[in-house]
Amino acid sequence: MTEIPEHLLKRAQAAREKSAEPAAEPAAEPAAAPASDSRIPDALLKRSQAAKASKGGGEVDAAETGGGVALAEKVGAIVAAAPSSAGVPVGGGPGGHTQRLLTVVKSGSIQDVKATPVDKVHTWPHLLAAEFVAALACTAFTFLFSIFVNAPLLQLANTNATPNPSKAPWYFLGLQELLTMFHPMVAGVTLPGVGIIFLILTPYLDRNPSNKPEDRKFVISIMTVHLMFWAVLVMIGSFFRGPGFNFVLPWVDGLFFEL
Amino acid sequence: MSKTIDDKPRPTVKDRLNSAVDATQGSQAWSSIFRPGSIFRKGYTDSPRNRSYVIMNSVLYHLHPVKVKRHAVKVSYTLCLGGLSFFLFILLTVTGIFLMFFYRPEATAAWNDIQNLQTSVTFGLLVRNMHRWGAHLMVLAVFLHMARVFYHGAYKPPREFNWVIGVILLTLTLLLSFTGYLLPWDQLALWAVTVGTNMMGYTPVFGNEVRFVLLGGAEIGSETLLRWYVLHVLFLPFVIVIFMAIHFWRVRKDGGISGPL
Repeated sequence: MTEIPEHLLKRAQAAREKSAEPAAEPAAEPAAAPASDSRIPDALLKRSQAAKASKGGGEVDAAETGGGVALAEKVGAIVAAAPSSAGVPVGGGPGGHTQRLLTVVKSGSIQDVKATPVDKVHTWPHLLAAEFVAALACTAFTFLFSIFVNAPLLQLANTNATPNPSKAPWYFLGLQELLTMFHPMVAGVTLPGVGIIFLILTPYLDRNPSNKPEDRKFVISIMTVHLMFWAVLVMIGSFFRGPGFNFVLPWVDGLFFEL
Repeated sequence: MSKTIDDKPRPTVKDRLNSAVDATQGSQAWSSIFRPGSIFRKGYTDSPRNRSYVIMNSVLYHLHPVKVKRHAVKVSYTLCLGGLSFFLFILLTVTGIFLMFFYRPEATAAWNDIQNLQTSVTFGLLVRNMHRWGAHLMVLAVFLHMARVFYHGAYKPPREFNWVIGVILLTLTLLLSFTGYLLPWDQLALWAVTVGTNMMGYTPVFGNEVRFVLLGGAEIGSETLLRWYVLHVLFLPFVIVIFMAIHFWRVRKDGGISGPL
């Protein structure tokens, strides 16, 4: 990505401010001093006039000379006026410079650069500080929660004593809930398999290039319904299923749920 | 005579401390450890160049570019979910290594080891709790991260493949959590895993074979415990780290974080 770094922008800004002050003084000068103050050395002007005079005849001579002077005047005016109008520091030595900065051609105009400037900030400290705080908060939460709530450790495993109900870990309870409605091959293998395959294929199925929510109403509704479907199933499986995996109300019959 | 020689005031403790810090930070050893631009270097100043060096000259350069899009650092955009998933993985690795010191994956020993860990190991109960809750939190964080990425349309070109990696990471996270579920070898673990593996037994065509390989036998037993232990502490972490490396690398190669909307 091409972009102008912050410190360069600052430096340019400082240079511009600095140049703004001296630029005010030379701006007054060109008005007072006519073309004779041109930065084209007098010797060169005279030489070119002489060359023109020697080349042409009488009347041509007069016209050419006039033209030459007019040209010199114009160039002088432009050169002298440049600093005040552009506000960019142009070589302003007293004797005049033989070279000057005409323009800055940015690479974008001569090369086909696809990158466009992006508003960026330094990773340190802007991102790292936020990440550090997030990690600290996460650790603190886990730590405090672990002080007050103990992980379950039930009786020693016994293959002869099936607890009622037997529940899978919470993230599989949606599947276990499906087991009550469908054949195990459908609920336990086919549906989650199809779900994962569709999840993997999502970016290849959704051909809509926009990422704006208003352009994606269809996919967003589909996904929301899908996520809610699983969330509701997991919650039913977790809190509303009791002995024999029958429907219970947690506020009536109590919780049958271990994390 | 001696009065004039000792005229210089004795250095205070603060002066001694400062000169000791200067000497340490100026030493060759110190500057060999901290690369130029490090905030621990002598005379560190907050300048744009040093801000760049902090990333460029540290191992974090593998994870973050020197600069990121301004909207990407807004907490409201990512909610830190991806980063927190990774951080929870680290937390789980650290607490998990601690637990490994006190645990034997044998049906006769496992439950007693957990019991001993909780009752007679310093901080044993706390670390086990953190491992347990951290694991549930990581499943939740990975799931929410997926939802966040979906709602931002962040899986669209050029990030399609990174979404695929992400789905694999979600699956691996679930498997890591599920394999760890069996290890305490209590009634909860045994029967939760029984329910789970029975479902996998209904895989078409080779259901029984899948179940046999997972359990290391026809029924859950000591072989299952050893098998799932190795999967949980070695195999799956190894695989997930590889996929995480690809995932993070692709985030940067695909132009950083997506958006803005």
